[in-house]
Amino acid sequence: MIRDITIGQYFPGQSAIHRMDPRTKIILSILYIVMLFVADNMWGLLLGVLFGFAAYLISRIPVSMIWKSMRPVVPIVIFTAVLNLFLSTGDPLWQWKFLKITKEGIETAVFMSVRILCLIAGTSLLTYTTSPIALTDGIERLLSPLKKIKLPVHELAMMMTIALRFIPTLIEETDKIMSAQKARGADLESGGVMQRAKALLPILIPLFVSAFRRADELALAMECRCYHGGEGRTRMKQMHLSGRDVVSGVITAAVFAGVILLNKYVNFLPTIW
Amino acid sequence: MSIIKTEHLTHIYSQGTPYERAALRDFNIEIEEGEFAGIIGHTGSGKSTFIQHLNGLLPPTEGKVYIDGEDLWADKKDLRRFRFKVGLVFQYPEYQLFGETVAADVAFGPTNMGLPPEEVEKRVRESLRFVGLSEDMMEKSPFELSGGQKRRVAIAGVLAMDPKVLILDEPTAGLDPRGRDTILGEIREYHEERKNTVLLVSHSMEDIAQYAKKVLVIAEGRPAMYDTVESIFGRVEELTAMGLAVPQISRVFAGLRAAGCPVPENIYTVEGAAAAILTAVKGGAAR
Repeated sequence: MIRDITIGQYFPGQSAIHRMDPRTKIILSILYIVMLFVADNMWGLLLGVLFGFAAYLISRIPVSMIWKSMRPVVPIVIFTAVLNLFLSTGDPLWQWKFLKITKEGIETAVFMSVRILCLIAGTSLLTYTTSPIALTDGIERLLSPLKKIKLPVHELAMMMTIALRFIPTLIEETDKIMSAQKARGADLESGGVMQRAKALLPILIPLFVSAFRRADELALAMECRCYHGGEGRTRMKQMHLSGRDVVSGVITAAVFAGVILLNKYVNFLPTIW
Repeated sequence: MSIIKTEHLTHIYSQGTPYERAALRDFNIEIEEGEFAGIIGHTGSGKSTFIQHLNGLLPPTEGKVYIDGEDLWADKKDLRRFRFKVGLVFQYPEYQLFGETVAADVAFGPTNMGLPPEEVEKRVRESLRFVGLSEDMMEKSPFELSGGQKRRVAIAGVLAMDPKVLILDEPTAGLDPRGRDTILGEIREYHEERKNTVLLVSHSMEDIAQYAKKVLVIAEGRPAMYDTVESIFGRVEELTAMGLAVPQISRVFAGLRAAGCPVPENIYTVEGAAAAILTAVKGGAAR
């Protein structure tokens, strides 16, 4: 069923990672991604993988969720791996017409695949352990310096929050409309591409109408409660940096330093063999 | 022969996940052809789940559903045929309108049935007449109509399929009293003319008492009672224990009887109450 789609896949919990400040989590996630791309030998990358895995263990998110987060990108990973494998320049190990497999090709293919998968797993950990609201709050605070150059940061964050809030509502609505049109004999499952696209109209039109109606009602409700943007607005939930955030920052920085050191000094094992 | 029959119908939502929840459990019911039955029950008692099984929108986790003696799920490809036989009007059906014109929206169902254009046209006119919308409405956009008119267009969209069974899930929710009476009156008129089976889900005991002949009470995913309106609303204590109300007038009469007034038990409409009070008063005067 359409309801099984999970978006904003937050897993409530009480682990140290759950309780970290969303701002720290966002920054450290970005740092982790940079780390993965800075690592240019096997040991550095291995350290990055282990670091990500350790973070999952601390968060107590079921390990099966790592695979669940990666599954949608597997086709992309395979596609890039295949391109890297056949189109890299270097010593050919095997050749057939214009296709050749090189040592460097295998190396880049493996490195890129591991990097992309870790990138997805790492950012998924952020969304698994941070509620969408905390996430947008964190983004708003991190981007707040940009207010100086007249970027409407608060408004953007509010738009994100509202969008996230309405995803489940709209999914439910779609479900209802689909049932109602099926009850009138709408056939959504058979026919060619054009026919199917046409069959979607009776679902999309009421969905849009209802989305606009909801937007209108929400805007009115916000105005009734004197909402007037971010100017002078205080927060119910204040974000606090705690010891936990400092420690996790230090650990991440140490691992990052380790990756750079491994890059520099362990070059006697430059490749994966 | 019964038009609707379920055997050990069970439905479990999100089976195999932590959110698993049984909405229907061993649900057995038989409803005769030509019946006008009201369905009452608590929020979450399984009413909506039950009616969505009757036209195959939800597959039973266990058990069988027979419409007109045929197993609904005997052949999955054949399911659409039952959707035309069992017309289902959802709650707030006006939110499902999409047509450019009222006529086009009402024609959606009959066109899906594969009827010839002349027949579709005829059915659109007939069903709009049933819900009391004039011909000059046909070319209007459904989005410029009032709330009550939209609701009627949506109901006409299901009537146009001329279903043998018509199911309405709270067709009067959010309407003013006059709109409510008109719509229910039109449904009764339709029922009397076509002799089809009507199931009316409602939270208003007054509406059920006034329009339905039988009442199906659903509690905790099972049919708790299925009987005539008289005998169901005579069981005031049982219904109250289930957290359901009886029509206000039935409550008044239960109170009167408890106070020792010689009034009959089977009173559930205002008209009936007026007559009963008159007889009681006259009887008292004669004595």
